Amino acid sequence: MGGMERPKLDDFTWRVGGPQGGGIETAATLFAQALARGGWWVSARREYHSNIMGRHSYLDVRAARRPTRAFFERVDLLAALDAETLVRHLGEVKPGGVLVYDPDAARRPLSKLAMLDGAAYERISRTLGGGDPQVERAVERFREAGVRLVPLALAPLAREVGEAVGADALTAKKTLNTVAVAASLALLGYPLELLDAAIAAQFAAKPRVADLNRKVAAEVYRRVEPLAGAGLEPVGAPGERIYVNGSHASAMGKVAAGLGFMSYYPITPATDEPFYLEAHPEAGVVVVQVEDELAAVNMAIGASMAGARAALTTSGPGFALMTEALGFAGITETPLVVSLYQRGGPSTGLPTRTEQGDLRFALGAGHGDYPRAVLASASVEDAFADAALAMNLAARFQLPVVHLMDKYLASTTRTVEPFDVGAVEVDPGLAPPQAEGVFPRFSLAAEGGVSPRIPVGTEGAGYWITSDEHDEVGHITEDPELREAMMEKRAAKLAALAEWLGPGAMYRTHNPEAETLVLGWGSTEGVALEAMEGLDLGYVQVRFLLPFPDLDELLAGRRLVVLEYNQSGQFARLLAQETGRRPDHLIVKYNGRPMTLEEVRAAFEAVLAGNAGERLVLRGGV
Amino acid sequence: MELKLADYKSDLAPDWCPGCGDYGILSALQTALYKLGVEPSRAVMVSGIGCSAKTVHYAASYGIHTLHGRPLPVAQGVKLAHPELTVIAMAGDGDGMGIGAGHFVGAGRRNPDLLYLIFNNEVYGMTKGQASPTLELGAQPKSLARPNIQSKVNPLMLAFAAGFTFIARGYAYDVKNLARLIQQGLEHRGLAMIDVLQPCPTYNNLHTREWFAPRVYDINAEGYDPRVPRQMSDEERSERMARFTLKATEWGERIPTGVFWQAELPSFEERLGGFLPGYPRAAPATRAPGGEAERARALMRGHRVAE
Repeated sequence: MGGMERPKLDDFTWRVGGPQGGGIETAATLFAQALARGGWWVSARREYHSNIMGRHSYLDVRAARRPTRAFFERVDLLAALDAETLVRHLGEVKPGGVLVYDPDAARRPLSKLAMLDGAAYERISRTLGGGDPQVERAVERFREAGVRLVPLALAPLAREVGEAVGADALTAKKTLNTVAVAASLALLGYPLELLDAAIAAQFAAKPRVADLNRKVAAEVYRRVEPLAGAGLEPVGAPGERIYVNGSHASAMGKVAAGLGFMSYYPITPATDEPFYLEAHPEAGVVVVQVEDELAAVNMAIGASMAGARAALTTSGPGFALMTEALGFAGITETPLVVSLYQRGGPSTGLPTRTEQGDLRFALGAGHGDYPRAVLASASVEDAFADAALAMNLAARFQLPVVHLMDKYLASTTRTVEPFDVGAVEVDPGLAPPQAEGVFPRFSLAAEGGVSPRIPVGTEGAGYWITSDEHDEVGHITEDPELREAMMEKRAAKLAALAEWLGPGAMYRTHNPEAETLVLGWGSTEGVALEAMEGLDLGYVQVRFLLPFPDLDELLAGRRLVVLEYNQSGQFARLLAQETGRRPDHLIVKYNGRPMTLEEVRAAFEAVLAGNAGERLVLRGGV
Repeated sequence: MELKLADYKSDLAPDWCPGCGDYGILSALQTALYKLGVEPSRAVMVSGIGCSAKTVHYAASYGIHTLHGRPLPVAQGVKLAHPELTVIAMAGDGDGMGIGAGHFVGAGRRNPDLLYLIFNNEVYGMTKGQASPTLELGAQPKSLARPNIQSKVNPLMLAFAAGFTFIARGYAYDVKNLARLIQQGLEHRGLAMIDVLQPCPTYNNLHTREWFAPRVYDINAEGYDPRVPRQMSDEERSERMARFTLKATEWGERIPTGVFWQAELPSFEERLGGFLPGYPRAAPATRAPGGEAERARALMRGHRVAE
């Protein structure tokens, strides 16, 4: 391997693929942490099946000298922990890149890969020339494409190394992930000390496991280092950086804004957030797993009525069950935050894959007319800030706030500077006057539609809350004039909220002077901004979908491109509804896989070259 | 200031039909709160949808009239956020045993410290008398187009299966005993359920006041002891369960009321407190403001790349 070229050192992507449940997530964390400790800006994404064990999953870790928020289709080093990875990721290593694989595992026909589903089998078989090809043929294709092959049987290596350091066979097998990471980093010539420190931190709670894995890493380095022909070096120190995903960031934002209560029913990919809070009592949140989403939303509403800062997380199917109660929060003017982690729909859809298919749903969920706010996060940093903002908006304007996230954001982990938690204000909402006796909780003398609020249980006072239309103290009414007054009072909140936010908080722009503007929302921002580097394009990230910002002036006279993750162009239709402007080009993706830099770049170039149609569908991804 | 019974009444006049059992339940509820000296502003009543749901508007306390089937989740949210409050959930039989049955089971498994009243009149009154989940198979009250072809659920047996720690039955027209049961239920530490037999004079012409009057009797007055100690032998437990089942399924010439089962089990608040420092003393709605940034920083510390 002496001839291996020095990898491109300012931007490097490692991909590890293998069977689900084999612990490749630990592998990615180790790899990422080792690089992060060397001052690299790291981001890691995770793709997996809705399955506990056995089906194909993979992770990308991208390390760069600057923060990044998107991923390439083709990587620099692919570590294949099984034969299926070789055929699934055919063509996904850059020329000059490296493939680490087990030559023995490749000596079998495609039909022997038990977890390869029919559609994938047909497609791969075709690509490899038809029939029931040997997996080795895929390896040959990598070689033909200029990829350096490193035949390194990782599973046998784990056994051997395990034996050498005195572990039994079963324990040795469990170190496969460390073996894969150590082998990859050794090939790249990355310092062992940084991996060693990452292992020690990863297994801090289990000293014996840490010890074994450190020994294994050292032994793998000893054996593989002679093959290394290049150096991936540390680029600095990590300083204060933290390594977090969207779920963590969203949880931290809510806690910083006073979260006290969260109820949930398990659902992918929304449960990571409450599960994380459950595991961290220092966050001070009462987390309750309940019998269904109806209970989750109604329990959070009850907690909020009693004065707790309450929030929920869910995904499409769960949010569908919550919609009746969303209107309950609406008519009772109860602060409530729902972080809606979108995944592929409709129905059960693609439970573990990403999509932005719930925009129209979030905007219109529930029967009847009531104000709500809908905002969407673009990144880990946004997830923190938006979760905190959502909590404060809900408290200040006494309404439900839907905070849109997605699977990609939930499971993409990045190094970022620590969040400025001290800057988060905890807005208690309108300060109540002295309350005694029957309290006009729904007072019509309300500025911006917001009546002073005291929680139920406030000593010396009392009022009623009802899902029916009601009077100022909360008793049921069907009086036509009161009905109108209450509807108008509630409706007035939206304009007040928009004014309080100001346009600066509702959207952000990059190079807005460009003749062609790309518009996106949610997690499209990261890939769009990087893909348009060096191109004559501007970008508008719409952060608030409801209330919708005034974009008329900004968009006037420009060619418009909309980029989003759904089949029908939900945002494009919203844009048309709000601005009267239809995009000249709509770029969509709905196969459940994140947009890659290559495909978005190609789409932008086609737009600028004038040879793109009105509708472009991105189809990349495994 | 000395509290008076009148302090538990709101200014609103009930709009229930004349002779409705709900009047008796409201009165018993107010009596029990008065006897226990619960400050009206420290009590929160939570109802579902239908005639029973209006009860909260006629009592002077905080009243939350929720959605159909959802009083239990809302009540639990209030209680867990502010454990010092006296929380009473109430539901019709459709609310509790039909559309909200899942919550009945979920709440039983948690054992939060609150009282749950089921207004059991065997019909959906507000929608003009359809069969409720507690109406007997084959029964045909006057509002039904054909006899009921679904079997009834027994709230006492379901409560037992779900793990309720206080299971009782009352009768809406025996206000004195019902008030006593409510008082006992409020004093119980954990989840207390009272199935209240409540004649609907408008839609249920089968189980009327006249039908119930000679049948209902008090099991506790006849010597039935509902208390289930924490420690006992398997044999003893089997015997208790058999005795409970016999009483809970008795229905016909004699209809038992009273407390059927009272067990000791840690409340959900206590269980949470085992994991959450300071809870339930410092709960989300009662803890001192501040400390948010510190809590968020504590989370962030675990994510530092290097120490």
